[in-house]
Amino acid sequence: MARTATPMLSLEKVSASFADRSGQLAVLRNLSFSVPRGQFVCVLGPSGAGKSTLLRLLAGLLAPASGQILFGGQPVSGPQAGVGLVFQDANLMPWRDALDNVALPLELRHDPDAIDRAWDMLQVVGLRGFEQVLPSELSGGMAQRVAIGRALVQDPQLLLLDEPFGSLDALTREKMGEELLRIWELEHKTVVMVTHDIHEALYLADRVLVLGRRPASIKLDMQVRLARPRKLAVRYSPAFGRMAARLRAAIEVQAV
Amino acid sequence: MKHERERTGAYPWLLGPAVAAVTVLAWELLVRVTQLPAFILPAPGAVWRRLVLALQDGTLLRHGLVTLQEVVLGLAMGVVAAGLLGYWLARSPRWERLLAPFVVASQSVPIVAIAPLLVIWFGPGLLSKTLICALIVFFPILINTIIGLHSVPQELRDLMRSLQASRAQTFRLLELPAALPVFLGGLRIGATLSVIGAVVGELVGADRGLGFLINVGRGQYDTALVFVAVFALVALALTLYGLVSLAERRWLWWQQRTNPSSFLYGES
Ligand SMILES: Nc1ncnc2c1ncn2[C@@H]1O[C@H](COP(=O)(O)OP(=O)(O)OP(=O)(O)O)[C@@H](O)[C@H]1O
Ligand SMILES: [Mg+2]
Repeated sequence: MARTATPMLSLEKVSASFADRSGQLAVLRNLSFSVPRGQFVCVLGPSGAGKSTLLRLLAGLLAPASGQILFGGQPVSGPQAGVGLVFQDANLMPWRDALDNVALPLELRHDPDAIDRAWDMLQVVGLRGFEQVLPSELSGGMAQRVAIGRALVQDPQLLLLDEPFGSLDALTREKMGEELLRIWELEHKTVVMVTHDIHEALYLADRVLVLGRRPASIKLDMQVRLARPRKLAVRYSPAFGRMAARLRAAIEVQAV
Repeated sequence: MKHERERTGAYPWLLGPAVAAVTVLAWELLVRVTQLPAFILPAPGAVWRRLVLALQDGTLLRHGLVTLQEVVLGLAMGVVAAGLLGYWLARSPRWERLLAPFVVASQSVPIVAIAPLLVIWFGPGLLSKTLICALIVFFPILINTIIGLHSVPQELRDLMRSLQASRAQTFRLLELPAALPVFLGGLRIGATLSVIGAVVGELVGADRGLGFLINVGRGQYDTALVFVAVFALVALALTLYGLVSLAERRWLWWQQRTNPSSFLYGES
């Protein structure tokens, strides 16, 4: 069938740049890749490479300087339904409790079942009993769960995550990774996630992209052939170690 | 916060009345010791009797209502104008840069100096006073509206954009609640300034209002009446200030759950 053959995302020679004091700052150069439906992709790269910029392009928040992005075969020209976005810090509205934060995307679309669906979503992300709690009273990990719930509640086809666990401690981070996998295995969304943690990328993803230094292009495009469902112990297997070494080498070549 | 509560002891609500009682006592003592004539410093008892009289013959209510009307109308006019201009300026940085020097310059013109002009142009009635109040209220509200809107986190704006929120939705669900704390801070200042504006206008030229009452009292060496009018003005300013605090407690509950507010400064 043609529909399933259409990749969820495809980028054709996409470049991005910003205006800065001395003219144009080229951030991404001639990026081309495509992501099939249901794939979990992690993006690695040095700081300032343009990983966040790439996600903003995919979300339609930023227009490419040249090239084209297709989402489900259609050119992206702005933010669109069917995309869920999770920011580096939870980015919740401090005046809304957990439930209302999750309900926001549905409320904007005048969904009459907004509250019920948000309620169910809070159970999915493991926050039963925290519906009425304000963001200022949530721990970092809980706030990030709310943010993930908010992205998932509109049942998006594509989930974009920008270092979603960046501000969490190592143990919470591992737990959140497991949690994300559990949810992903339930719903099999297409996921593009930026991270700077090699082990996290390998544990979660079907495929890892490594961006080079600015102006960045793809340095390495690696399939992660580890059986699913994955246990945390997969990190100690020899295959995992070999892939981690390859990724590290690809990233370190960039380092000054 | 905790420290403050400890310092005021177990009966913080007693502090206000206690300070008032001590002040009245010191005042009474001053009058008895110095033997000043009543037209210079009337005793507290004399002011009290004058207050009762002014309440009985309706003077205070009549003039108080006039001032109240000027204050509230002027405040409303200033808030609407400054709020609209502030919203527009916050959205258009180029205009903001262009107009900012003029706005600041206009602020450095003393209101006392242009009040007579406004009375000449718009007459001694309600209109000139309302305009003076609106003018004096305008600047703090404008600045706080702009600062409040600039304080809306860019990431939340991106979120609303990625969710394809309309402009009206972005205003209602993001900009309004996010800017409200700073805006209400401006309204606190504006409310008390508005009272000052009304009195300045009435002192310059009016035939009613609490400021007019002060002029009358001064002219007739009825200094107790001047005191009564001043206390009425203080009460009016405090009431307005308290109403804004009440609004903050209602609308900013999400801040208060973590930071209980004080009467003086809402948020911290
Ligand atoms: N709005 C902007 N205006 C100008 N320059 C920008 C803007 N956003 C990003 N940049 C620049 O683009 C480059 C890439 O930024 P980006 O945030 O995409 O990097 P990143 O890979 O996400 O880095 P990090 O790992 O530190 O988050 C940086 O040099 C940054 O200074
Ligand atoms: Mg980034």
